[in-house]
Amino acid sequence: MATLTMGTPQMMRRPLLGWTIHDGLVVARRNLIQTVRIPEMLFFSLVQPVIFVLLFAYVFGGAIPIPGDAGADAYRNYLMPGIFGQTVAFAAAASTVGLAEDMHKGIIDRFRALPMSPPAVLVGRTLADAVRQILVLFVLSITGFIVGWRISNGLLPAIGAYALLLLFAYTVAWIGSWVGLHMPNPETANTAGLAWLFPLTFLSNAFVPISSMPTWLQAFAAYNPVSTVVLASRELFGNPTGIQPDYWPLQHASLYTLISCAVLIAIFATLAVRKYTRTTSR
Amino acid sequence: MRTFGDVRALDGIDLTVERGQVVGLLGPNGAGKTTTVRILSTLLAPTSGRATVAGFDVVKQADEVRRSIGLTGQYAAIDEYLTGRENLRMFGGLYHLSPKYVKERSEELLDWFDLSDAADRPAKTYSGGMRRRLDLAASLVAQPSILFLDEPTTGLDPRSRLGLWDVINNLVAQGTTVLLTTQYLEEADQLAQDIVVIDHGRVIAHGTSEQLKDQIGGDRIEIHVTDSSRIDDAVRAVRSVSTGEPLVEDSRVSAPVTGGSTVLVNAIRALDADGIEVSDLVLRRPTLDDVFMSLTGHAAEDETTAAKPTKGRRGRGSK
Repeated sequence: MATLTMGTPQMMRRPLLGWTIHDGLVVARRNLIQTVRIPEMLFFSLVQPVIFVLLFAYVFGGAIPIPGDAGADAYRNYLMPGIFGQTVAFAAAASTVGLAEDMHKGIIDRFRALPMSPPAVLVGRTLADAVRQILVLFVLSITGFIVGWRISNGLLPAIGAYALLLLFAYTVAWIGSWVGLHMPNPETANTAGLAWLFPLTFLSNAFVPISSMPTWLQAFAAYNPVSTVVLASRELFGNPTGIQPDYWPLQHASLYTLISCAVLIAIFATLAVRKYTRTTSR
Repeated sequence: MRTFGDVRALDGIDLTVERGQVVGLLGPNGAGKTTTVRILSTLLAPTSGRATVAGFDVVKQADEVRRSIGLTGQYAAIDEYLTGRENLRMFGGLYHLSPKYVKERSEELLDWFDLSDAADRPAKTYSGGMRRRLDLAASLVAQPSILFLDEPTTGLDPRSRLGLWDVINNLVAQGTTVLLTTQYLEEADQLAQDIVVIDHGRVIAHGTSEQLKDQIGGDRIEIHVTDSSRIDDAVRAVRSVSTGEPLVEDSRVSAPVTGGSTVLVNAIRALDADGIEVSDLVLRRPTLDDVFMSLTGHAAEDETTAAKPTKGRRGRGSK
């Protein structure tokens, strides 16, 4: 057997953005390679929202009137940003399951025994889960076009809408990661990862106008960031928005979305990193 | 010292490993081997006491320790969906090594571990032996001077085990310091100059493999009596040919002997003279069981339940 080089290896210079970002990108790359290597998982994560588009467009659509817009395609144009919002919110479940799985594999021990930045495991997870949503939004948009959804406010605002949706995906990925760190095993993560997402996305304007809800629910739905990211997208895409009840977040949907994403990331990134490092030095 | 709830997993282990040496940590399941390695590799903080690796404190200077060590555990710590090459490059990146160096080093390791042909296949298609080799290769990306091997060959077939021993011996010949844990006396014998036997989180013996074997005697005679009511007579008969006190377990009597096969003949005569019927009679080399029987008075596998948390990968710990 030949000899193996022993000595001092060549180190990398400290990157401009710091080690956490560098290591986070390395881990994100690994998570994205996994996505490519399990095409079945990607396929089914795309099938579900597409089915939702078809169900709502053809089954429920006719029964849900959009106040202020009586056109035939009104609901489909109203629906698509709602589906976008719901779908990116569900990205959180992928973070929960992915992290719970990582935590129960031998590889996490190796990550911990490396001189890497500990939060990078979480940064990489959330980044990869948000990046994956680019493909999901692309496939959904095509489906939308087929059922009659149109972008009618110009390219730049549309890019802004996609950017807001991705920021929201990144935000919920942090919440999902934090949930994933508390899961005793990947099986529980599968169930618990979804449990909070159904009420969160349905108690919003994603599928029905807030003005159609009882008053006590309207307040919750109005402050739900799912509602504002969906409303902001509708405005930016030039889709019908319905008539908004008088709540500040609904009057300033884009701004409220940006603020709530920043606050939620700050809270849940801190909690998740603390939980992760605590589990590390157990 | 390290406690898990009420279980004291490590209880005053005092261990020094010289540079360039291989020390084998030998013990049954739950003895505290894995806990020791997890503390030394910064995965677990000691409840009390301190440890230094490569001159760095494992708690206060964890990052410096991590830069100097390689760790290969009982479970292959690699990504199943990544190829062998992608795994090595990922870990190289996380060690903060220069991309050019990582590229060259990955090829060198793949070649050295005979994984070049499988380098572009996802690791989940690898055999157990290949995974373990990739795992060890991943530990070596940053050329660590210290290697922790936690039961590196558990679950491997004999051929893969021999291959891995070869690799480890080679690394040691090139100056790597190794702390090896194992349940197999034979493995410690093959690889380690210095063997530390632990049980209940305590060091119960320490020495070279020759010293340890001498301590428990050379060959052992073992008989199984057909009628267990005659066990006392059997003990007397065995004692007449043995060099040490016989150990009794159910209908089995064993004792250290010297003198090779003539001992067998003498034993048969002694048993026959007393009219004791035996179902089995053998002469064998000492095993790990014998080490434990003679050092602790109990068999190795008795302890698995008592100290389980030390084995559990995710044993809930409190400090």
